[in-house]
Amino acid sequence: MAAAWSDRAPLPNSAIAHSSTSAPLLNYIIRRLLIALPSLLGISLVLFTVLALAPGDPFEDLANNPNVPPEVRMALRAQFGLDDPIWERYLRWLGSMLQGDWGFSFVSRIDVDTLIGQRIGVTIAVIGMSQLVALLVALPVGVLAAVKPYSWFDRIASTLAFVGFSLPTFFTGVLFILLFSVQLGWFPFVYRADLSSTGWQWWVDQFKQSIMPIMVLGLFQAASWMRYVRSAVLDVIRLDYVTTARSKGLAERTVINKHVVRNALIPVVTLVALQMPAVFGGAIVTEQIFRIPGIGSLLIDAILRNDTPVIMAVTFVFSCLVIFFNLVADVLYGWLDPRISYR
Amino acid sequence: MPLLDIRGLKTHFKTEDGWLHAVDGVDIAIDAGQTVCVVGESGCGKSVTAKTVMKLIDMPPGKIVAGQVLWQGRDLVPLGPQEMQKIRAKEIAIIFQEPMTSLNPVYTVGAQIAESIRLHEGLSKREALNRAVEMLRLVNIPTPERRVYDYPHQFSGGMRQRVMIAIALACSPKLLIADEPTTALDVTIQAQILELMVELKERMGMAILLITHAMGVVAETAQRVVVMYAGKVVEEASVEDLFARPRHPYTQGLIRSIPRIDTAATHKVRLEAIAGTVPKLINPAEGCRFADRCKHAMPACRSATPPLVEATPGHKVACILEAALA
Amino acid sequence: MAGSTPASATASPAGAPPGGPGGAPAARAAQSVSPWTEAWRRFKRHRLAFWSLWLLGTLVAAVLLGPLFYKVGINEVDFSAKLSTPSWKHPMGTDDLGRDILARVLYGGRISLAVGLAAMLMAVTVGVFIGAVAGMARGWVDAALMWVTDLFLSLPQLPLLLLLIFLFREPLKAAFGLEMGIFILIVVVIGGFRWMPVARLVRAQFFSLREKEFVEAARALGASVPRQVVRHILPNSLGPVIVAATIDIAAAIIAESTLSFLGLGFPPDIPTWGRILYDGRDYMDLAMHWALFPGIAIFLTVLTINFIGDGLRDALDPRRVL
Repeated sequence: MAAAWSDRAPLPNSAIAHSSTSAPLLNYIIRRLLIALPSLLGISLVLFTVLALAPGDPFEDLANNPNVPPEVRMALRAQFGLDDPIWERYLRWLGSMLQGDWGFSFVSRIDVDTLIGQRIGVTIAVIGMSQLVALLVALPVGVLAAVKPYSWFDRIASTLAFVGFSLPTFFTGVLFILLFSVQLGWFPFVYRADLSSTGWQWWVDQFKQSIMPIMVLGLFQAASWMRYVRSAVLDVIRLDYVTTARSKGLAERTVINKHVVRNALIPVVTLVALQMPAVFGGAIVTEQIFRIPGIGSLLIDAILRNDTPVIMAVTFVFSCLVIFFNLVADVLYGWLDPRISYR
Repeated sequence: MPLLDIRGLKTHFKTEDGWLHAVDGVDIAIDAGQTVCVVGESGCGKSVTAKTVMKLIDMPPGKIVAGQVLWQGRDLVPLGPQEMQKIRAKEIAIIFQEPMTSLNPVYTVGAQIAESIRLHEGLSKREALNRAVEMLRLVNIPTPERRVYDYPHQFSGGMRQRVMIAIALACSPKLLIADEPTTALDVTIQAQILELMVELKERMGMAILLITHAMGVVAETAQRVVVMYAGKVVEEASVEDLFARPRHPYTQGLIRSIPRIDTAATHKVRLEAIAGTVPKLINPAEGCRFADRCKHAMPACRSATPPLVEATPGHKVACILEAALA
Repeated sequence: MAGSTPASATASPAGAPPGGPGGAPAARAAQSVSPWTEAWRRFKRHRLAFWSLWLLGTLVAAVLLGPLFYKVGINEVDFSAKLSTPSWKHPMGTDDLGRDILARVLYGGRISLAVGLAAMLMAVTVGVFIGAVAGMARGWVDAALMWVTDLFLSLPQLPLLLLLIFLFREPLKAAFGLEMGIFILIVVVIGGFRWMPVARLVRAQFFSLREKEFVEAARALGASVPRQVVRHILPNSLGPVIVAATIDIAAAIIAESTLSFLGLGFPPDIPTWGRILYDGRDYMDLAMHWALFPGIAIFLTVLTINFIGDGLRDALDPRRVL
C-alpha cells in the first residue's frame, strides 16, 4: 500500500560520516552494517517477546499433538527451556539460531532450515523479478509524466497509478486468473516447482507460470513508484542546476536523463526501501493465490497448522530480508549522493 | 553591427489573473568586447530579458510576444531547440545568481566543466578533463589538478561561482551574460569575482552583459549602462554620462539612494528612498510606469507611454519632461 | 522559472502567478477568508477528489442505510437460488449457499469502514502522541523514540500481523466475545503498524513549529509546555496529519481485507469483503459475480479515499512535494 507521507522521510539511521581518505564508500557500508545489527537484534527480541507473551503456551499444543514423538517433545521443551525466565529463553533461542540450528518442523518432519532453503529461492525470484518490472515501468512513465505535467499522458498515467495501488493484490490476482487462465487459457494458475520439461521448454513453462504473479506484484509496486518518481522529478526539474545544464547547450533529453533523473532517484530510493516490508506482504498474498511454494505460503501454512518453529524462523527470515534491503537502500543512497559518503 | 541587438523584446507570462508583461519592449545593443550593465530593482524584468536571449524561459507559461534578438545579425527568436543548443555556451554563455544551487551536486566539478567542452568541441574525455583543469586554473582556483575531482559541496560560495565562470567560459563564447553574479556573495568575494570577470574579458576579448541592482558594481565595471524599470528601458548611456548627469527621475533616485560613506561625516544627508512600489505588471495600464512615484509627474505622463529618445548623443531617456528639456 | 506545478496530476492545472518577474501579487479582491474556506476552495479544484467525495459519501450512505431498506438477511440460505447471476431479486447474485451477496457486501462494508476508521484513529493517536513527545523533548528521549519508530518501520508487517492474530485470537475472543474480540485485535494490530509515518510527520512539524515566533510568544507569556503544544503547535501541524490519516483509512481497509482473504481475519461466518472474495475465488469460472462485487467494493472505497487524500494534500499541505 502506498504509504505516502508528505514529509520527505529521512533516511533510516543516517549517521553523519567522517570523511576518510581511503575508500569512503566502503567505510560508509561498514558503518551502516554495524547499525543494522542492533536493529536485527531488536526485531528478534520483539519477535521472541511476542511469542513468549502469547497466552496459551504454543508449545502446549505441540505437547498434546499426537503426531509429535515424545523424544521430540522433550527435546523441544529442553531447547526452548519453557520454564526458564524469558531472557534466558531468548538468549538460548538466539544462540541456537545463530549457530544454524533452527529447529525442527513438526508438520513437515524436516529441519526448518532445510525447509526454508527449499522455498526461499522461489520467493526471492518472484519478488526480484517483480521489482524489476516495477522499475522498468515506473521510471520512464514517471519521468515522462513529470516532464510534461498535466499533459494527457500525465493525467492518464497518474490516474492509472491511483487505480493501480487501490486495487488490492488479491483482487488483481484473482482477476488475472479469471482472464488469462480461465477465459484465455494462456497461463496455468497453479505454480509447479517441479516442472518436467527441460531446456528451452523449461524456460517457456517457467515464464508462463511466473508471469502472472510477477505482474500482479510488479504493477502494484509500479503504481506507487511512478508517483514517487513523478513527484521527485517535478521537484528536481525546477532547480537551478537544471537551468545551468540547459544553458550549456545540452539537448533536453540529455538534461533530463543525465542531470534530473540521477538526482530524482535519491529520494525515490529511500521511499522504495521503506516500502519493502509491504512488498513482502504482497508476496505472501500472491503466493497464496497462485499457490507458489515460497516462504510466504509456508508461513501461512505454518500458522494455520501451529508449526511454531517454522513460524519463528520464517518471520525472522523476513525481518532479515527487510534489514538487508534497508541496507542496500542506504548503500545505494550513499553511492548516488556524494554528499552522504563524504560528510 | 552590434554583437547582440535586442529590439523591442516583449516576453509575457500567462497567469491565472491575466498576462504578466514582464519584459515589455526592451532595446539593448552590445558591441563586441563591450561591457554593458543592465540595472534596475528586483522584478523589473532584467533577468527575464537575459534568460530570453538564451531561450531559457519556460515557454508555457512564458511567451516571446514580440521583438527580435539579433545575434551577429541573426534573429534567435524563431530558432528551434536544436539550433539554440548550438549557440548556448559556444557563442553566448550565462552565469546565474545563486552559486550554491547552480551546480549539480552529484557530478564532479571537472565533469561539469568537461561536459560543455565535449559537447561543443568533441574532445575525448581525457582531453576535456585537461581543459577543465586549465579553466580552473584560469579562474584562480588553487591546485586545480586535484580540485577537478571534487564535488560542488566541497567548495565555498565564492569558489563555486568561479567554477560557474569556468563552465561558462570553457568554450570561449563571444558574450557572457552574468545575471547578478555577486549578489549572493560576501562583499570582499564580490570584488574578487568582478575583478576576475573583467580580467578574463580582456584576455578572451569577450563582451559582457552584466545584470545587477547595485549601482556600485555598475560604476566599477560598466562601459554602457541600461536602466530598466517595470519591464521597460528608461535610460541608456555611457557610464560616465549616466553618473555625471542621470536624466530619468528613476535613475536619479537610484543614484541618490546610494549611501555615501565619504560625505556622511561632513554633512549628514538623509538616505533618500523612492516612495511607492513597483506597479503591477498584469495587464498594465497605458502611460509612464514610473508616474505614480515620480515627483515631476504630469497628466501627459499617464496618457501615453513615453518613448525612448536620444536626449544627447549616446544618451537615451524615456521621459517626456527630459526629452523636452534636452 | 515562472510558474509552479502542484504535485498532483489529477488536480486541474492552476496557472499560479509566477514569483519572480514583475513581482505582481495575485490581483484577487482582498477578502478575508478563513484558512478552511481557502482549503476547501483548493480542494474543489481537484476534480477527481471532489467527485470521489460524492462517490464515497454515496457508498457510506448505502452501507449504513442500505440494510434499512434492503431487508434481505446475510445468512438466508436458499439452495434453489445458489450461484445465480445478478437479477432483480438478487442484485449482486448469490453464493453457493444461495445467500444474497448484496446483503453480505453491505454488511461487510460496515465492518470494513468501522475497522478503517478505528485503526486510523488508533494510528493517529499513538503517532501524534509519540511524535509530539519526541518533537518537544528532543535530546535522548527523541533519539530513543526515533529508534523505536525505525525499529517498527523495519518489522515485516504482514508476517507479524498474521502472527499476532494467530496468537491472540483465542484470549481476546474469550475476553470480549467473538466479534468484538476480533475487532479489537485487528484494529490494534493494524493501527499498531501504521503510527510510525504519523509520528515522523508530527515530529518534523514540531521541530519546525517549535521555534516559530508565535510559540515563543506563548512561552514568553508563561504558557506551560502542554499548553503550548495543545493550543499552538498541534493545531498548526494538523494539515499533513489529516492527509496521512486519510491514506491510513484506505490502508487499514486493505489490510483487513487481506487478513480476511488469508483466512486470518474475522471468523469465517462473518462476511467481510475480503472473506466474501476468498469464498468466491474458487468459483471464478462459474460465478464470477461472487468475487467480483466485493472486490469492486474494496477497490472503489480505497480509490475514492486515495483521491480524497490527494485532494486534501493539495488543499492543506501545498508544499509541492510527495
